[in-house]
Amino acid sequence: MAETFRLPPSEKKLIVWHLVIGVVAISIGGSLGLFQILNHGGIDWYGWLSKIGIKNYYQGLTLHGVLNAIVWTTYFIMAFLTFNVVYGLKQPLKSAKVNWLGFWVMTLGVVLAAIPIWLNQATVLYTFYPPMLAPWFFYLGLALLVVGSWIEGWGLAWTYFAWRKANPGQRSPFIAFASVLTFLLWQLATIGVAAEVLILLLPWSLGLTPGLDVELARTLFWWFGHPLVYFWLLPAYISWYGYLPRQAGGKLFSDTLARLAFWLFLLLSVPVGFHHQYLDPGVPPTWRYIHALLTLSVVVPSMMTLFTVVASLEYAGRKRGGKGLLGWIRALPWGDPSVAAQLLAGLIFVFGGIGGVINASYNVNMILHNTTWVSGHFHLTVGTAVTLTFIGIFYWWAPYLTGKPLPVKLARVQVWLYAIGMAIFSQAMHALGLLGAPRRTPLGNAPYIPPEWQGLLLRELIGGILLVTGGTLFIVIAAYFAFAKPKERVTVEPPVAEALQDPQLTPAWLDTWRPWVVGAVFLVLLAYTPVLLDLVQNMVLVTAPRIPLW
Amino acid sequence: MHIDVLEKRWIQISIALMAAFAVLIGVAAFAWGVQVPTLERRVDPARLKDDPIWSNPGVREVVPGKHYEVYMIAKVWQFEPREIQVPVGARVTFYVTSADVQHAFKIVGTSVSMQVLPGYVGKVSYTFQEPGEYSFICTEYCGIGHAAMYGVIKVTESK
Ligand code: HEM
Ligand SMILES: [Cu+2]
Repeated sequence: MAETFRLPPSEKKLIVWHLVIGVVAISIGGSLGLFQILNHGGIDWYGWLSKIGIKNYYQGLTLHGVLNAIVWTTYFIMAFLTFNVVYGLKQPLKSAKVNWLGFWVMTLGVVLAAIPIWLNQATVLYTFYPPMLAPWFFYLGLALLVVGSWIEGWGLAWTYFAWRKANPGQRSPFIAFASVLTFLLWQLATIGVAAEVLILLLPWSLGLTPGLDVELARTLFWWFGHPLVYFWLLPAYISWYGYLPRQAGGKLFSDTLARLAFWLFLLLSVPVGFHHQYLDPGVPPTWRYIHALLTLSVVVPSMMTLFTVVASLEYAGRKRGGKGLLGWIRALPWGDPSVAAQLLAGLIFVFGGIGGVINASYNVNMILHNTTWVSGHFHLTVGTAVTLTFIGIFYWWAPYLTGKPLPVKLARVQVWLYAIGMAIFSQAMHALGLLGAPRRTPLGNAPYIPPEWQGLLLRELIGGILLVTGGTLFIVIAAYFAFAKPKERVTVEPPVAEALQDPQLTPAWLDTWRPWVVGAVFLVLLAYTPVLLDLVQNMVLVTAPRIPLW
Repeated sequence: MHIDVLEKRWIQISIALMAAFAVLIGVAAFAWGVQVPTLERRVDPARLKDDPIWSNPGVREVVPGKHYEVYMIAKVWQFEPREIQVPVGARVTFYVTSADVQHAFKIVGTSVSMQVLPGYVGKVSYTFQEPGEYSFICTEYCGIGHAAMYGVIKVTESK
């Protein structure tokens, strides 16, 4: 791979603008986290926050969820997928204009949805469960956000399939392949939420329909809501499989199994939404159990990923002179913040994964459902495994895109503070949840808190402060890349990993699209049609309460 | 297709592990009756007051000391009734619905937990083994008063 491929200017600009919006989103969203932990710890600063527009805990939490879990992730991911397709194929986009169009539609959507949230008119949290009613342009904004991401994804798929046509018999490069697959998963997932918004919520908010069935709305939401987490996670996996081995000084252990794992994720991450509805009365228990079984089968590709990533890292560590059973771990380049971030993200994800199996376990879910255990869980997953990996990617990507050197020492401190803070914060949240503390609740104001919870609330606050400090350092580093003018310039080569074995030896059926896509669609239809039919036939139309709710 | 031997073992172990979980959970649910809440029936939330059951929510004694039914309405931002009393060791069946937005019902320190949706009556049973006061709280965001939405179950020594 001696020939260097230079990112065309339009593609580069597109990527940079995605990153700018993503980082601005997490800066605001993350800051609001500080007020949540302070409230839990007994210090209420919302009176002060209301001076800048955030009138209450729930409005802040709506922004925290939307900006962190939707805007930051989606913008970062679309940038990363775009880069992987272009750089992986060593080819510009078929039409950068199409992708720019997608970007603008998405951004218009974000602005439309953000305005009513900022005005405290859409304090409905990022799940926007009806019959809480937000202004119609909030729902329109959500729809545009989704459609914009589709347009971008179609632009990527167009580029990718044109390459395949021009290169018959060639295995498509892993990072490009996995990125298009990630988009395909997103496409399949977002059909659910698009249906919820366009068929149920938008007409209802415009007063065109008399009401809607809340269980139907929840079911369509969670058709999307679970695979959403795989849309977050797969890009992190792309980095762990497709970049990290090279950054660590080794190679991808198995290209074959990497692709197989990605196909299994595509098959298994959509038809499982009822595991978010284990305690919903309107879904028949047998169907909830079927989704539990499908959910548990995601254990297999997850364990494959664990094996392949660890094997790739071990290969790297031993090449670097690591000895003994665990000596290779110390031999890894921990001093490189990009590597350290991803290693810590992966390590923390082991706990996220174990927690996930517990959550998925049907009746066991009753103990932890809607408690802070769940918030603890997804701060390990999307908040760390995904976000800290993205931060790690940012640490080689931003120097590559801007030519400015990474402030290495600051970045090292950032990574460790974030990881340690998160570990403490999240452990406290898990423990509180087992005692019964509800999530989505300003616990500092709740009248029913027993004294036994206070110690853990304090621990949550202490961990959270370390975490917020780590998050702030990331913003400082991002601001440096945006505004600083260092004299020193660097050229970075994107660390795309090679596989141990020539990818050309990977069987063709793992680089073929049709059967897998048909299978995925078939599974979704099988898993959802009977219940959706039942819900549609027995709808109870409900309207929004007339009194203001927040 | 080349797969490392160790990796093959690893995959086999993970499949076995997954199957074991699935069977355990299934047995616990369907044989031992550790079940998730179910649907009792659908109702029109705007008409709860016209319904003989829901116009007067509260505790019904089915078999004295043995079996009780609790009809509970969640609405912004309180439960109705807010305080109930049942004897220890009796089977208590909760029927819970919402009069307005989505809520959730959780009895702290027990496995009782469910989403409470307008239009749907959820059903779940529990037997309190220890006397004392249990709080039940709303665990789904339902508006500005959500954090204050709770009630108390007094579980008394059986007579
Ligand atoms: C800066 C550090 C952060 C702190 C201190 C923090 C704190 C919190 C707290 C205390 C909650 C629970 C609120 C409640 O249930 O009442 C929460 C919820 C949440 N957080 Fe964070 N968080 C941080 C970063 C993040 C990041 C990076 C993400 C994702 C990328 C994230 C995503 C979420 C989501 C999705 C929720 C749930 C919102 C809801 O229930 O509607 N957080 N956060
Ligand atoms: Cu409530």
